[in-house]
Amino acid sequence: MIADPRRALVLGAREALGVPAAVLGAGFLGYGSLAADAGYPVYLTLLATFAIWALPGQLVLMEMQAAGAALAATLLAVWLSAARFFPMTLTLMPLLRRGGRARSWWRFLLVAQLVSMTTWAVAIRRFEDSDLQDPGSRWQYFIGFSAVCIGSAAVCAVIGQLLIGALPPLAKYGLALLTPLYFFVTLVGEARSKSAIAALICGAAVALALHEAAPGWSLLGAGLIGGSAAFLLQRSHARHG
Amino acid sequence: MPGTAEIGVAILACGFVTWLWRGLGVLLSGRLDPKSAMFEWVSCVAYALVAGLIARIIVAPSGLLAQTALADRLLACLVALLAYHLARRNMFAGMVCGIAVFVGAGYVRGLIA
Repeated sequence: MIADPRRALVLGAREALGVPAAVLGAGFLGYGSLAADAGYPVYLTLLATFAIWALPGQLVLMEMQAAGAALAATLLAVWLSAARFFPMTLTLMPLLRRGGRARSWWRFLLVAQLVSMTTWAVAIRRFEDSDLQDPGSRWQYFIGFSAVCIGSAAVCAVIGQLLIGALPPLAKYGLALLTPLYFFVTLVGEARSKSAIAALICGAAVALALHEAAPGWSLLGAGLIGGSAAFLLQRSHARHG
Repeated sequence: MPGTAEIGVAILACGFVTWLWRGLGVLLSGRLDPKSAMFEWVSCVAYALVAGLIARIIVAPSGLLAQTALADRLLACLVALLAYHLARRNMFAGMVCGIAVFVGAGYVRGLIA
């Protein structure tokens, strides 16, 4: 059990260096190249990475602005794409909370910004281990881990952005495909529940069907129509079968 | 293409709406059941939206990727997924094989053309 907060902070940072930072880095390397292609200066790429800190949302924003979507529609789509953070934060926060001596609530609201797919998944798993049972140590561990993840994402995004101008065309294309490919493998490779598979198929089908007619609305349609269809399919399936 | 000021404002607004879910999770943690039907619907919507996003980028991309062949992009997806599973869910193997096949296919296309 780790009681020294600084040691927990360093432990978190050290455990992020390696596979988590490398996988995130690859995704953000591609993001940087796509951002450069979309006309973002480096500071906007960094701003998006720090302010949004959700690669799918950052891509939705980029795609919808390129498609000429209205700002309200873009915000709605980005907001919906981030819904996964709600159950994540909901389940993570009680693990960081000390029974008696409570931290002020605004600190929790700040630390919640660090929640991402990677940081959440590792934290939930690691907080079961005996060395991270103290909520104070967990808090520090989570900050250390997240800081390294965000830092490596930012560095890789800038590298991707600068690389894209220096590479020959074929390598450029490879770099640009990195992030979509990463999400494709994550989504299709990790989809195990029936509702997840149904949502994948319905979402992709609706987005492609709407793409020609209403490019600015196809992602919202994919989420709302495809997602609801998948939800209803799954419900009726569960009831009858 | 919108100007940088416009993109900057949109980024900050997107950051705020993304954070709303995280903040809401803090405020309601310990008081809501993450397995309710409402949650299930919300996660279906989020999942379908991201699936739609990736489908659109792969099938009908804009910018750089629009200059590549659809067949190559689909082939890269298939190979990446296969490599990922063959290497026991190793993301790195999936990425390397997928990108290598994609760049290789583009190279061969360049030779033929």
